[in-house]
Amino acid sequence: MGVAIDIILLLFLLSIAFAACVTRNLFSAAMLFGIFSLISATLFVVLDAVDVAMTEAAVGTGVSTILILITLASTGYRVSPRPAGRQVLALAVSVVLGATMVYGTLDMPSLGSPDAPVHTHPIAQYYTEVSPVEMGIPNMVTPLLASYRGYDTLGETAVVFTAGIGVLALIGRRRRKDPLPIVEEFREGGANRHRVLRVISKQLIPPILLYACYVQAHGDFGPGGGFQAGVIFASGLMLFMLLFGVEHARRIIRPVVLEKLIALGLLIYGGVGLVNILQGGAFLDYRTLAHDPQHGLHYGILTIELGVGITVAAVITTIIYSFASHLRDHVMQRTLRLRQGADAAQTSPESGA
Amino acid sequence: MEFLGYINYWVFIVLMMSGFYLFLSARNLVKKIIGLNLFQTSVFIYYISTGKLRDGSVPIQTEGIESYSNPLPHVLILTAIVVGVASTALGLSLILRIKDDYGSIEEDEIDAQDVLS
Repeated sequence: MGVAIDIILLLFLLSIAFAACVTRNLFSAAMLFGIFSLISATLFVVLDAVDVAMTEAAVGTGVSTILILITLASTGYRVSPRPAGRQVLALAVSVVLGATMVYGTLDMPSLGSPDAPVHTHPIAQYYTEVSPVEMGIPNMVTPLLASYRGYDTLGETAVVFTAGIGVLALIGRRRRKDPLPIVEEFREGGANRHRVLRVISKQLIPPILLYACYVQAHGDFGPGGGFQAGVIFASGLMLFMLLFGVEHARRIIRPVVLEKLIALGLLIYGGVGLVNILQGGAFLDYRTLAHDPQHGLHYGILTIELGVGITVAAVITTIIYSFASHLRDHVMQRTLRLRQGADAAQTSPESGA
Repeated sequence: MEFLGYINYWVFIVLMMSGFYLFLSARNLVKKIIGLNLFQTSVFIYYISTGKLRDGSVPIQTEGIESYSNPLPHVLILTAIVVGVASTALGLSLILRIKDDYGSIEEDEIDAQDVLS
């Protein structure tokens, strides 16, 4: 049964990748990428990676696809035809590289084989056998992420932080001296369009946000943690923004607050490390946080997961706000230009007469 | 089953190479980003599948289950996905600025403008 599901999913993935390569329309390429992510999330469940599947479903299908679509809305959907020579060269390079890798796989252990180095290495046994006893946490992914590889995760959180700052610097809110006059049609954020879609989707937002909080808090016992909760929370907010417009969303969660939260999450993470040093332990050695070392581990992991969750949710929401505001400015400038053009065309014959 | 193990790897390679082909051949910058994302997701699938253990289970300790898949690739990819979307957003925002300044996101047209100026 598992094998059949595996093969069907792989066939889906292959046909989607093929379609994405041949299509000339960027809109379909973006949607195909969204479906590709959703199917790969399903494949992750088959391959036992439930935490990863959760994240991929929220990020790949939700956030990435929406970001690409927002970009396309201001850049256009059509692709100009490509010269054949370059395509042939690209195809040749890809085929040669792929064939080399296929040759490389012949020496690899087959999928799921218990003799593979990834399963026989002592560290793998440590993570699956010693870790639940040492940590007292059933989900092996959470302590591995937050404690054994705590430095790594601190670095990753810093990368997410930096990317958020980068997007803000590139297309974030510019403090204009003369803010664009808001065109009436945009004030309501399309509140009168798609009424059925709006009413139905509105019901989904509170469960999504509540589920994100559950995933955040329950990461020790079930699939979940800071990264997963952060992206799920951000995609809930994104749904709100899609339904009610970015102006409305920005009035409810202000960009100024989000900017502070981006830094706060990373500060919580680093702060826990500093507290550990002050308590006489090493950086990010949570055992010093409480009298019972295992309780200390639990407190430490929960706190840094919270920091990760705050930073990730704030960064992704900020990114989506920035993209949507950029698009709104773009559309409004175009509307104003068109309107000025129309006004000029109306007034010029009168002045001539 | 032995044969099937290899089929999986080969499918990942084909997926990865189709992303790579898109990245190399496209002259439209957004399409390049889509290609990079396909490439990235295929690497994720490959990584996760190396952690899979036949008859293994989800790495959450449960009574009565002896063997678990390796959680290490899961952790690595979990963070990579979130970092991936953040860097994709950075790339897309660069594209938006290019569009603002050059009025195009086709590589050739941008190059032509750079030569002229």
